[in-house]
Amino acid sequence: MAETIAVAEPRSAPAAGPAVPCALELTDVHKSFGATPIIRGVSLAIARGERHAIIGPNGAGKSTLFNLVSGRIAPTRGSIRLDGEEIAGKRAFRIARRGLARSFQVTNIFPRLTVHENIRCGVLWSLGYRYDFLRRVDRLRDANEAADRTLEQIRLTARRDTPAGVLTYAEQRALEIGITVAGGAKLILLDEPTAGMSRHETENAVELIRSVTHDRTLVMVEHDMGVVFDLADRISVLVYGQVIATDVPARIHDDEAVRSAYLGDSDA
Amino acid sequence: MTPQGRPAFWIGGAVLLAVLPWIPGLQSDFGRSLLSQMGIAAVFALSYNLLLGQTGLLSFGHAVYFGLGGYAAIHLLRAVNAGLPIPLPLVPLAGAVGGLAFGIVLGALTTRRAGTIFALISLGVGELVHATSLMLPSFFGGEEGVTASRTKAPAFFGLDFGSQVEVYYVIAAWLFVAALLMYAFMRTPVGRLCNAVRDNPERVEFIGYNPQRVRFIAFSVAAAFAGLAGGLHAINYEIVAAEAVSDTRSGAVLLMVYIGGVGHFIGAILGAVAITWLQVSLSDYTTAWLLYLGLLFMGIVVYVPGGLAGLLMMHLAALRARAMAPIARSYLLAAAPALALTLGAVTLIEIAYRRSTQPEAGALMKLFWIPMDTATPWPWLGAASLALAGYALLRVVGPRVAEAWRRAGEEIHARG
Ligand SMILES: Nc1ncnc2c1ncn2[C@@H]1O[C@H](COP(=O)(O)OP(=O)(O)O)[C@@H](O)[C@H]1O
Ligand SMILES: [Mg+2]
Repeated sequence: MAETIAVAEPRSAPAAGPAVPCALELTDVHKSFGATPIIRGVSLAIARGERHAIIGPNGAGKSTLFNLVSGRIAPTRGSIRLDGEEIAGKRAFRIARRGLARSFQVTNIFPRLTVHENIRCGVLWSLGYRYDFLRRVDRLRDANEAADRTLEQIRLTARRDTPAGVLTYAEQRALEIGITVAGGAKLILLDEPTAGMSRHETENAVELIRSVTHDRTLVMVEHDMGVVFDLADRISVLVYGQVIATDVPARIHDDEAVRSAYLGDSDA
Repeated sequence: MTPQGRPAFWIGGAVLLAVLPWIPGLQSDFGRSLLSQMGIAAVFALSYNLLLGQTGLLSFGHAVYFGLGGYAAIHLLRAVNAGLPIPLPLVPLAGAVGGLAFGIVLGALTTRRAGTIFALISLGVGELVHATSLMLPSFFGGEEGVTASRTKAPAFFGLDFGSQVEVYYVIAAWLFVAALLMYAFMRTPVGRLCNAVRDNPERVEFIGYNPQRVRFIAFSVAAAFAGLAGGLHAINYEIVAAEAVSDTRSGAVLLMVYIGGVGHFIGAILGAVAITWLQVSLSDYTTAWLLYLGLLFMGIVVYVPGGLAGLLMMHLAALRARAMAPIARSYLLAAAPALALTLGAVTLIEIAYRRSTQPEAGALMKLFWIPMDTATPWPWLGAASLALAGYALLRVVGPRVAEAWRRAGEEIHARG
């Protein structure tokens, strides 16, 4: 597989050899809704520290794949390993506690909490507060500071005490990413983080994603090829529930099968 | 900052609770009994707000925990009557413990689901417990209930709780403590997670929390405080009967929180005060009082989603922004048509109610000091035209009120 291929960007060099388990490893994962197979035998190995993009036409099953990995739904069969440990079929909060965080294609925030509270909720578990009902949340310095740091990163400090429900669309998308990355998860899944953003907003989002994931593993679904080729160390192409190619961006770009199946002739 | 976020709110609240039974009009035994009922209702409504307002759990059976707490407390009081050395002010705690115990057991079953399923299960549990309370007379005392005496208890700093005002102070003290504890709970990590679960339970799972566990905790805490309210009910009335766990009481607390303002801390208190007052006073004037309560409820749900507390906050914000004058002017314009609509509608309701529920009382009646013969069409026509005229005028004036509020909103916004 792609591990043997020389990679254009130096930081990515995926770990080789069996000693270090992959950050995420899918083996022959299947998912059917009723009788309809949606994910049809996906195998994928993502190394620690890698930035991996999943592209593919609408309805290919990209979001479903994220739902399987993050525990929103259980696979029909197959194995999903996070840092070498099996997580297939586990509940979402158990997977989250093991260090996987995800964002959603359709914004999924806490509309009546303030922006700061939204992000603070995202850090509470990872800081060990669990179901604490004896301490005042406003007095938890580490949680509040972590939330404020993330606010800086996503450039929403000015909106700190605004209810999240009244933010603009782009601000909510940024908050969506903020909640996801704030808890310090080592594996981040972003589902179409720049969907619906303007050119300028997309550039900001790319910078944001780059900075918040610099020492973590990132898997992102993305339609904007500029973003994909800018950020990704490797790309997987998902078509009709199957990965038809996984490779470095330059080779994906030149791959005949990929071009005909997905990129089309119009793509630059 | 919310009102309850300021120390002044709590200091003022304590002072208010202390002086209320000495205010003229409330000084009588009736007044103090009314205040005691309001205090009990406020604890109950605050506990319901924890469920509905803070965690988004719509329960149709919250009285289960009120009533079972009440039974726990009344049985403890009987033991005290028989010689157990526990001072009366601590007896309501048995209610809290009972409410918590049943909250944990029944909550473990019911909070696995949210939304409509949870609401329906809560309704079922309510009916089940109510039916059980009638089937096990040895513990529940059947229709007549279980009685005990609050005066046959060890003296507490020389007080024997024979007078209403002494009981009132026990209730007021517990109300203060319970309100403070519930407020504090909302500001803990798990309290904020309750809000998160209310807003978006699905997302909560992806930040490491089990929304079922969060709901279970909120439910148990709410049940404990409902049980405390039931315990206060037990020492106030010295009797707990099946009515304490009934769906009527579950419905009443829902009305209180909705009318007061769902999610507003002070809303639960305002709603408890308003509904208790209506229950006690309005029922003296008219047998149709439940109908008015229903109309009030519908009006609030449709026109004032923030409830009484929402209205209060709006007006306070307008006052602070010095934008109240034009609003007050629009209110003056709307006052006469609103009064006409109300008078006309009330007259129609009263004569219709009287004719249908008390035909033996005859056709002659007196309403608002006006004698009328309801066998003739004139009272009906008069009331209907008054109501219609008021309604038509309100349609004209209403937009002015809305416009005044829109301008005030801009003003408030501009001032931050
Ligand atoms: N919960 C579900 N039940 C039934 N069908 C589903 C469900 N989720 C997704 N699908 C179907 O699976 C297919 C893939 O959807 P999705 O993963 O959202 O695609 P993508 O994200 O690649 O655009 C679609 O045809 C969609 O209708
Ligand atoms: Mg998708």
